[in-house]
Amino acid sequence: MKDTFGGSIQAALDNPNLSRALGRFSEAYRISRAKAYEGIDFESVRRRIVATKGWAASHLEELAAQFTRQAEARGSKVFRASDAAAVADYVIGVARSRGIEAVVKSKSMASEEIHLNHRLEEAGVKVAETDLGEWIIQLAGDRPSHMVMPAIHLTKEQVAEIFSHEVNQRLSSDIPRLVRVARDELRGKFLAAGMGITGANIAVAETGSLVIVSNEGNARLVTTLPPVHIAIVGIEKLVATFSEIVPILTALPRSATGQLMTSYVSVLTGPAPNTDGTAKELHIVLMDCGRSAMARDPHFAEALQCIRCASCLNVCPVFRLVGGHVFGKTYTGGIGTILTAWFDRLRQADEIQSLCIQCGNCAEVCPANIDIPGLILELRRRLVAERGQPAVERAAFSVINNRPLFHSLLRAAQLLQKPLVRDGFIRHLPAFLNDLCEARSLPAIAETPFHQRFANVVQLPGREKAAFHAGCLIDFVYPEMGEAVVRILNRAGIEVLFPSGQTCCGAPARYAGATQAAEESVLRNREALLDGQPRYIVSACPTCAVTLQEDPQLAGRLIDFSSLVKKLVDDGRLTLTENEEAALVTYHDSCHLKRRLHASEPPRELLQAAGYRLAEMYESDMCCGMAGSYSLKQPEISGRILQRKLENAAATGAPVIATDCPGCALQLRGGLDKAGAPMQVRHTAELLAERLGK
Amino acid sequence: MFATFQARAEAVSAEVHRFATRQETLEFLLEFLRAEGVRDTPGADAVWADCPFLSGLDRAQMAARTPGLHFEVTRESAAAAKVGISQMDYAIADTGTLVENATAVERRLVSTLPEIHVALLPTSAIYPDLATAMVLLKPDHEAYLSLITGPSRTADIERVLTIGVHGPRRLLAVFVDDLEGQR
Repeated sequence: MKDTFGGSIQAALDNPNLSRALGRFSEAYRISRAKAYEGIDFESVRRRIVATKGWAASHLEELAAQFTRQAEARGSKVFRASDAAAVADYVIGVARSRGIEAVVKSKSMASEEIHLNHRLEEAGVKVAETDLGEWIIQLAGDRPSHMVMPAIHLTKEQVAEIFSHEVNQRLSSDIPRLVRVARDELRGKFLAAGMGITGANIAVAETGSLVIVSNEGNARLVTTLPPVHIAIVGIEKLVATFSEIVPILTALPRSATGQLMTSYVSVLTGPAPNTDGTAKELHIVLMDCGRSAMARDPHFAEALQCIRCASCLNVCPVFRLVGGHVFGKTYTGGIGTILTAWFDRLRQADEIQSLCIQCGNCAEVCPANIDIPGLILELRRRLVAERGQPAVERAAFSVINNRPLFHSLLRAAQLLQKPLVRDGFIRHLPAFLNDLCEARSLPAIAETPFHQRFANVVQLPGREKAAFHAGCLIDFVYPEMGEAVVRILNRAGIEVLFPSGQTCCGAPARYAGATQAAEESVLRNREALLDGQPRYIVSACPTCAVTLQEDPQLAGRLIDFSSLVKKLVDDGRLTLTENEEAALVTYHDSCHLKRRLHASEPPRELLQAAGYRLAEMYESDMCCGMAGSYSLKQPEISGRILQRKLENAAATGAPVIATDCPGCALQLRGGLDKAGAPMQVRHTAELLAERLGK
Repeated sequence: MFATFQARAEAVSAEVHRFATRQETLEFLLEFLRAEGVRDTPGADAVWADCPFLSGLDRAQMAARTPGLHFEVTRESAAAAKVGISQMDYAIADTGTLVENATAVERRLVSTLPEIHVALLPTSAIYPDLATAMVLLKPDHEAYLSLITGPSRTADIERVLTIGVHGPRRLLAVFVDDLEGQR
């Protein structure tokens, strides 16, 4: 079971140590990262990193040549390696020719990527990892579960067990004592090794310098004690000038571990003296392994800007549940998915890309401003192009844009679901589908969809027109949300149009990599929504809004419901009455509204203007686990994320969760129903519609 | 800037001291070595790498007063020492960082192998931030530059911060007002 992808996810979810350690870490990380960036203009640091690394990614060959000249002029040997075998052959060649039997290594992702240890051991060279976490992993025969904290999945008791075995002595799980054991055990290896192997965090072309950051002090020993030093450096670590180190060193420790600076930063420029007075034999292997090809790709070149801080892992709601092991061998989390596709094979990323819930947390914190979710979608698109769309999805997307057929199918489904529906929910499905409502009940399809109800909503003539895009959920599941939108806007003097030619926004197809179906949706919506020259195109579903906004012809008029209503209130066109009873609500930010439309404040301000008291929940902007069809494809993960969200909401004591997203509402309502919890979930529009003034 | 340095360095578990004169500093150091039990026994001695602070001082007399204090730094003497002493070039206030040209291997040995590293530097050599300090670095002439921020640390077991892994368990940053820089 563990050998399959689904099995590895299940094993991770079933490992309480892992989820506890990662969960606690992700909570602490948010705070320590924010504190570390106090007084620093993150956006400006990020811009400088993008400028530096973006330029470097498009000039890799020139920079590699310049680096080689500069490093060689100072007495280093530079070897350019195109693939993993070439790197290993070179390192083994140096070890053999010098009669080296033992190597000490400081942490190097590049060497892990090419499985160098395995090759060295095969060649009879003993390798000791000296980073504490990596050493634990090496002794345990395990794999790193996090790029910065490789052994985060192991408890101190497990580490004590591993070390006891190594030193042949029963050790307690006292952490300082375990660290002491590592110091004592590895000290001898540092002093005896004939070669030190490191990676590098930055390579400077202008001076031929390597920059190596570490906290434990092992990198300084690895580069000082053995007479031979080999640095294995991916060519994406190159920057043009020495001063460009500054923004990277400003961001890396802050984003990686919430430190202002790591304990040690070493800048090596050519061979320094050995302890016996001879000059160090310094070899630098510039490793390609798929990086040049990545640099030539118009979409993915951007991923070479990565500085390997792993902040994308630390804020990921999925990573904190499943950890790194499900991602494969070396690179984990969001950026790991992308790097694996290029440094290994596209197909290798097929399963792991499906873990991405597209919440956008990673893109928000990435110091290199990499659009990680966007690139994962692009991977998805290419995978679909390469291996084809699964038949079920293909059929679904062809139906979704055929509105008459879709409508009649839903009508049929609405009738068929009747035996399964109770109080508007479906709680059990036939066995093979039952996973889909394991963590949450599914909503029933509405008896009368919004497009039929719309005609019955009485509107006064208005001085402006707004075209309402309902989206599938409001149309077929929650028509009352649509009615609330129409009532509110009409009260502010806007005549709401409901163009009947509109269709699904295309997001489901897009997120499944079905580009053609997604484009078809855009064309139909564009035609339908612009007909009648509305002043606004309004959406009460942030996912639809984000998708529609990407069409340049719609972008200018498109606005999300809360932002539009906030504007109407500010302009004095709409009054919300404060009821005597100041009901308590807690607000859940939809991922798309908060991080793509940047509208986390308008709904809160409106709810407060309407007399609701706001009780903020912990991690209000963390994904609820819905993410469209994600909840169907990864029901286990989605269910865990939902559970956490509901716990945070319940802790506020508010009886109502407000949200601007019908998808989130579906997920949250389903989870509450399954848990038998009494809380309600209401769209902001529904809550505001109850408080309309004269 | 000293106050900022002190706050930031202490926040990462460095110990910060400041003295007006070299003489006062010397008294502090010799007393510190005595209090740490430095003596002429492997594992209990101290190594002091050549630096401007020592110029004009009588090393033989210092060694006589503090048995176990050695001025000859080798791989073996540093590996056996409890305390290593060296002089740094600059400090960076807003991160609590010490900066040195560590090309001379003695400087690296005394700051990597012993349990305690005492870093001396002129109070005048504190710069506000990394960007300002970077301009002073000369990689063309300095094969090995070290930035040191607090003692060696790890959080690799259960994310519990533990001070002192492969490098020093304690870092003392000792500022001397009347000390000249070393370059």
